[in-house]
Amino acid sequence: MLRYLPDILSGVVVTIELALLIVVTGIAAGLALALLRSLGVRPLNWLIIFVVDLFRSLPPLVIIVLIYFGLPSVELSPSGFVSTWLSLAFVLMAFSEEIFWAGITSVARGQWEAARSTGLSFGQTLVSVVLPQAFRLAIPPLTNRTISITKGTALGTVVAVTEILGQASSAMSNSYNPSPLMMGAAAYLVLFFPVVVAARWVEARFAWKR
Amino acid sequence: MPLIVDARGLHKYFGALHVLKGIDLGVAERELVFVIGPSGSGKSTLLRCLNRLEEPSAGSVVVDGIDMLDPRTDINHARQRIGMVFQSFNLYPHMTALGNVTLALRKVAGRSRAEAEALGHAALTRVGLGDRAGHTPGQLSGGQQQRVAIARSIALEPRVMLFDEPTSALDPELVGSVLEVMRSLRESGMTMIVVSHEMGFARNAADRIVFMDEGAIVEQGPPAVIFESPSHERTRTFIGQIQRH
Amino acid sequence: MEALIQTFFNPQIIAASWPIVLAGLRNTVLLSLLVVPLGLLGGLILALLASVKNPAVRWPLMAWVDFFRAFPPLVLLILLFAGLPFAGLELGGFVCVAIAFFLNTGAYYGEILRAGIDSVPVGQVEAARSTGLSRLQAMAYVVLPQAVRNVLPDLLSNTLEVVKLTALGSVVAVPELLYQARQAQSITYNPTPIVVAAIIYFLMLWPVVRLLSRLENRALAAR
Repeated sequence: MLRYLPDILSGVVVTIELALLIVVTGIAAGLALALLRSLGVRPLNWLIIFVVDLFRSLPPLVIIVLIYFGLPSVELSPSGFVSTWLSLAFVLMAFSEEIFWAGITSVARGQWEAARSTGLSFGQTLVSVVLPQAFRLAIPPLTNRTISITKGTALGTVVAVTEILGQASSAMSNSYNPSPLMMGAAAYLVLFFPVVVAARWVEARFAWKR
Repeated sequence: MPLIVDARGLHKYFGALHVLKGIDLGVAERELVFVIGPSGSGKSTLLRCLNRLEEPSAGSVVVDGIDMLDPRTDINHARQRIGMVFQSFNLYPHMTALGNVTLALRKVAGRSRAEAEALGHAALTRVGLGDRAGHTPGQLSGGQQQRVAIARSIALEPRVMLFDEPTSALDPELVGSVLEVMRSLRESGMTMIVVSHEMGFARNAADRIVFMDEGAIVEQGPPAVIFESPSHERTRTFIGQIQRH
Repeated sequence: MEALIQTFFNPQIIAASWPIVLAGLRNTVLLSLLVVPLGLLGGLILALLASVKNPAVRWPLMAWVDFFRAFPPLVLLILLFAGLPFAGLELGGFVCVAIAFFLNTGAYYGEILRAGIDSVPVGQVEAARSTGLSRLQAMAYVVLPQAVRNVLPDLLSNTLEVVKLTALGSVVAVPELLYQARQAQSITYNPTPIVVAAIIYFLMLWPVVRLLSRLENRALAAR
C-alpha cells in the first residue's frame, strides 16, 4: 500500500492548489458581481443575472468539457488544470453572487436610511454598515456551497488533471489493485470531512442571527 | 362526586430544577378550577402533566378513570378525552379552520369525512365561527384563531378541558370573545381547568381558585374566600399585587 | 464569425449528431426521474431518524450525513464502479450511479428536510398530540407539510443539483446527454455536439433557476 503514497500525496497537493484557487477567485468574482449589482444599473444587472443563471444551469462537468475540448478549435489550449479551475470558479462565482446579493438585500432598508441620513456616502454605507451585516448572513450558505463546489476538483480526472482521483485511477489501472483508490478515497475524507464538520460549527455559530 | 381528574403526589424535575413539589389535585365533574400564581410557580407544567405533554417525574394522574402514566395506556386514545387550548393557539397554518377541527376526528376518532365535517361545522358554530370554516388561520384575528382552537378540542367531545393562558397572547379587545366562549362552555356543563390571569373571569365563573407558588399548592378555595380573605400571607401578597391594576 | 459558427454551431454536424444527442437527453431525463425520488426517500428516512432524541441514533446519523456530504460524488461513483469488481461485485454503470446518488443526494436532502422539520414550532406537535394524534400522524399531517413548505427553495435547489449531477454518468459510460455529446464530438472531431448539449442543459434547467431565484427573493422579502 505504501508505495502508492507518494502518488496520492502529489495528488493531494494538486487538489489543494486547485481548491484554493477556485475558492479565492470564485468568491472574489462573486462578491465583485454582487457589488456591481448594488449600483443598480439596469442593463448591467441583466447581464449579471444572465451570466449567473448560465453558470447555475450548466453542470460543471459540461463546462470543463466545453473549455478543454472546445477551445482548442479556436487556437486556445487550456490545460486540464486550467479548465477545471475556470469551470468551478465560474460556478462558484455564480452561486456566491446570489448568496452575497441575498445578504446585501436582507440588510434592512432602515440600515441604509439611517446611515445615509447621518451623511455617509453610498460607498461608506456599503462598506461600513451594510457589508459587515451581509457577510454574517452570507457565511453559512456560502460555506456550504463552497464545499460542495470544491469537491468538484475530482472532476479534473476526466481531463487528465493529476489530482487525487486521477493519480489513484492511473495507479490502480497500472497495478490492477484497488488499494490506490481506497487510499485516494481516504485522502478525500481526510481533506473534506474536517471541513464539513467545521462548516457545521460555523453555521451553528452564525445561526442565531436569523 | 366522582373525580374526573385525580392527580396525586405529582413531582416534576427539569434537570436539577424542582418545578412541581408533590401536587395533589382533584377536579369533580362540571367544576371550573382556576389556577393562579406568579410566573414560574409551575401552573403550566401542572396542566401539561395532566395530558402527559410533560412526563411527571413521580406521582399519578388518573383522568376519567384512565391511568395516564401507565405505559400500557393508549395515550392517543386517552388524549381525545382531554381538550387542551394553548396560549399561542397552535393552529395548523396549512389547513382551513374546518381542516384544523376535523383532522383528529378523521385520523384518531376514525370518522368519515362527511361525519367529521358535520361535527366540525357544529363545533365552529358553537364558538360563533360557523361562517369562517373555509378560512385559514392567517385570515383570522387572534381571538378568532383561539376560538377555532377551542372548537378543535370540543369537536372531540372531551370530558375535561385544559386552558393554558388562553387569552395572554391576545390584544385586549379580543379577549372578551374568547371568555364568552369559555363561559358558555361552563354553562353547558364542561369540566374546565384554567391557568390564567383573567381575575374578573375567575371571580365570576370559577368554582374553585387554586393558588400555586414555587411548585406547590399554597391554598385553594371558593373565589370569595381566596380573593377577599385568604389564609396565607403569600396568597394575600399575590392577590394584592394583581388587584393593583 | 463564419469560422466560429462552423466550429461551434456547425449545422451539418448538428443535424448528423442530433439523434445521438436526443437519445442522451432522454436518458438524462429518465435518470433524473429515478434518482430524485430515490434521493428524497433517502433524505426523508434520514430526517425522520434525526428527530429521534436518542444520542445513540443521532451521532452515527450525523456522521453518516457528514461523510456523504464530504465525499465527492464522482469518487463514490468510481469507487463503486471500478473498486467493487475487485471484491467480486460487478455492477453496471447505471446501478452504480443510482447507488452513489442515493447515498450522496440522500444526505443533502436529509439535511434540508431536517432543517425544515426543526423550523416547525414545537407547539404544532403539542397541539396535534393533545388531540390524540400519534407521533407518526402528527409528523405526516401537521409537521411535514409545513416543513416542506418552509424549505421548498432549498429542496428545489438541491433537485437542480441532482439533475446536473447526472452528467457524472458520462464518466462511467451511462449514455446520458454529456456522454452522447462527447461520443458525437469524438466521431466528428468537432465540438459542436458539446455546445448543443450545453444549450440543451441550459434550456432545460434555466427555468428552474429562474423560478428558484424568484422563490428565494420572495422568501427574503417576507422576512
